[in-house]
Amino acid sequence: MGRVLGIAIWVITILSVLMFVTKRWWFPESISEHGPAVDHQFMITIIVVGISFSAAQIGLGWVVWKYRDSASAQRATYSHGNNRLEVIWTIVTAIIFISLAVMGQRVWASLHLHSAPPGSYQIEVVAQQFAWTFRYPGKDGVFGRTDPSLINDEGQNFVGLDETAPNAKDDIQVSTLVIPANQPVELILRSKDVTHSFFVPQLRFKQDLVPGMKIPVHFTATKVGKYELACAELCGMNHYKMKSYMLVLPKEEFAELTNLPPAQFLTKKEELLAKYKLPQY
Amino acid sequence: MAEATHDEVHRHEAPKGFIRKYIFSLDHKVIGIQYILLALTAVLVGMLMSVLMRINLSWPGSKWSILGTLFPTGAPGGVMSDSFYLSLVTMHGTLMVFFVLTTAPQGGFGNYFLPIQIGAEDMAFPVLNMLSFWVTFVGFIVLLLAILAEGNLTVGAWFSKLGASFAGGTGTVGPIGGWTGYPPLSALGPIAGPGQGAGVNLWIISIAIFCVGSLLGALNFITTLLNMRTRGMSLMRMPLTCWAWFTTAILALLSFPVLLGGGILLLLDRIAGTSFFIPGGLFVSGNLVPQHTGGSPLLWQHLFWFFGHPEVYIAILPGMGATSHVLSTFARKPIFGYRAMVFAIFAIGMLGFFVWGHHMFISGMSPYSAIAFSILTLSIGVPSAIKTFNWLGTLWGAKIRFTTPMLFAIGFVSVFVAGGITGLVLGQTSLDFFFHDTYFVTAHFHLVMGVASIFGMFAATYFWFPKMFGRMMNETLGKLHFWVTFLGVYAIFVPFHAMGMLGMPRRYANFGEYEFLKNSHSLVLFVTVAAIITVGIQIVFYFNLFWSMFWGKKASDNPWEATTLEWTTATPPPHDNFAGVVPTVYRGPYEFAVPGAPRDFIMQTEPEAVEVTAGLGDRSGNGGNGHKH
Repeated sequence: MGRVLGIAIWVITILSVLMFVTKRWWFPESISEHGPAVDHQFMITIIVVGISFSAAQIGLGWVVWKYRDSASAQRATYSHGNNRLEVIWTIVTAIIFISLAVMGQRVWASLHLHSAPPGSYQIEVVAQQFAWTFRYPGKDGVFGRTDPSLINDEGQNFVGLDETAPNAKDDIQVSTLVIPANQPVELILRSKDVTHSFFVPQLRFKQDLVPGMKIPVHFTATKVGKYELACAELCGMNHYKMKSYMLVLPKEEFAELTNLPPAQFLTKKEELLAKYKLPQY
Repeated sequence: MAEATHDEVHRHEAPKGFIRKYIFSLDHKVIGIQYILLALTAVLVGMLMSVLMRINLSWPGSKWSILGTLFPTGAPGGVMSDSFYLSLVTMHGTLMVFFVLTTAPQGGFGNYFLPIQIGAEDMAFPVLNMLSFWVTFVGFIVLLLAILAEGNLTVGAWFSKLGASFAGGTGTVGPIGGWTGYPPLSALGPIAGPGQGAGVNLWIISIAIFCVGSLLGALNFITTLLNMRTRGMSLMRMPLTCWAWFTTAILALLSFPVLLGGGILLLLDRIAGTSFFIPGGLFVSGNLVPQHTGGSPLLWQHLFWFFGHPEVYIAILPGMGATSHVLSTFARKPIFGYRAMVFAIFAIGMLGFFVWGHHMFISGMSPYSAIAFSILTLSIGVPSAIKTFNWLGTLWGAKIRFTTPMLFAIGFVSVFVAGGITGLVLGQTSLDFFFHDTYFVTAHFHLVMGVASIFGMFAATYFWFPKMFGRMMNETLGKLHFWVTFLGVYAIFVPFHAMGMLGMPRRYANFGEYEFLKNSHSLVLFVTVAAIITVGIQIVFYFNLFWSMFWGKKASDNPWEATTLEWTTATPPPHDNFAGVVPTVYRGPYEFAVPGAPRDFIMQTEPEAVEVTAGLGDRSGNGGNGHKH
């Protein structure tokens, strides 16, 4: 039984490691400035994880193989432990784990401990049960006032924009997120009803949208294209259908689009949405 | 509590009446078995729900006429609705975490064996012990009511009369907010969608009742362990199981009150118009919500995870204790590094209170606190690694007997490593950008908190069954159960990591909407087949369990040649555990293979005179002889 169990543990170990090594199922391509750093940190981590996992499992397989009960009258080794070994493995694992932990803060700190760089383009993201609305400030670059009592989903006023307020006239509410490539973007995240989460796998970015809070986040997309936007926080019965798209446009094309008046913006966006294709997997 | 003084040497007989003996029993052994039966019932429902979820994910839209009959609104025509799926997610989690992983390891085996292993006649407070079980049982019944109140139109209509927030019969099998029940979704009531009426109220009440039951149990465990150890049973001579149950009880004592408080506040938000978790200015399902203002959804997350993270250790620590105990027994070798094991259990337990924020990196919490939580989280890997090293050290140079309990204990070590080690990935804030709320997380916690704990409990069941029922479980069936389960859980949960790599979000009723998930079809199907086989083989376990109770081979008092106190008494143990004879303990719990001793094990009760090699083998001070406190 010891031999079989040892081999079973080794086979499980090899198959599990192979699943990662072959990269048959892997991250979608990275399309943000910070994405490669996330992927790199993951590679370092998964190598440490893979080595520790394999060492522990191979060791376990080895001891159950080697020390299976034989017919001999010899007893097991009488030992209550070894303090030197305890100290060594405690210190070694502490160094490795804490180093990983410190390294693992880098990308996080670069995005979250600084406010958006100057020149970032601001977009407001408003989530509601099973739909996304993105608000652009329009030509004047300033968002108009909103009020929850003015929300009118049927009237396409999803964010409760006060149309009589100054700066509100040219605000655009749209169901697709359009951002420029290679220019920092600042999203102001909020929710009308329950907690949602903004997730674009290719961006390597996720952030909850919490009712009652305005959460500013920023990142820079680097690759033009069309990507899927998913809700990653359980928000009710149609949670998985709360889907939208993120269009990353060349800077000039983006500037052109955002200078259009609301109605033309929407028509143009539909054209672009049809023009760009999702990456194939 | 005259019974609590263990110095008197006289018998306590069991009550004669059926009800006092088996139903409202004060005997910790009966109460332990009651907890185990409760867990065995809850886990059946929980597993059935997981199979239904897998079926829905692999064959969306498939027809199951029995579902259509049972839940005409939740599965019209036998096709599961999305909200029905989400309520399965919620109830599967709630049943498993609370009524399986918190009951069997602690209330079940802890209740039965902690008093015996420390040489006590019973728990310190037998009445409290009885109450803790029956309160927990009421919590379970209320949770089942939540299923009926939402899933059954008649029961639903009955609840609807209690007021708007109790509206039921929406065709789910409970709430659809997940076992974490994040508000405002869980706080707003029926306007937030199906399953948000009576289902949520009963779910909160059930968990609040459960908290009370667990608190009563925790008080009892701590008092019993500190005050009722027999002569010679110093703390450092206790079996590691007792250390695990003790630490678990401390965690329960400090964490359940927080969840209880949170639950009460959530219920008040729902039925009394308070706004602890609901901010102002909400617009839900086409309506303003003017009656609420000023609450914070994040407050709930802090309260919930302040409980929720220690809860992970409440589930796993007793499994670690049982694994250490079983490994040493069948390795025929003292546990390696007893003292380090004790410190590691305590370190894991205490650190467990400082890491709850790793569930909330992307919640909107301060990014600075996320960094602090992240570094503390990875530190908890250190005591976990210490335990793994010591288990391997225990097996090194052993003479392993591959009994079924031993196979599950070895399986525990393997699965615990596999599940725990990915904590290194998920604990890093920068990687959480991608992995938060993906199947990578689901893989991690199912392996480490679910499967590992359950393996610990399987080891405990096969190991202690002969003591509890006087008969052996069938070894052939036990081994069949082990092999299919061991390979099965890996086949289920390793592919979950691959789904996580693709970015697959948790709690999706359907993956068909997304292009980036197209690559996952084969994985999803593979996992479903593995899950059905693995759940199916548990029938063998249930059969073995109940068949062996009546027709298993008769067991001797110490069939495994083990050393601790439970193996010194009759089988099954008498009502007062030691038939009025208070045992005296002369040595540590794992004296196997002592050179020169007549047998390869020395019971804790064997007096010094028998010992030939006094002073040998205790150089490292790891719980051998001679540690008197």
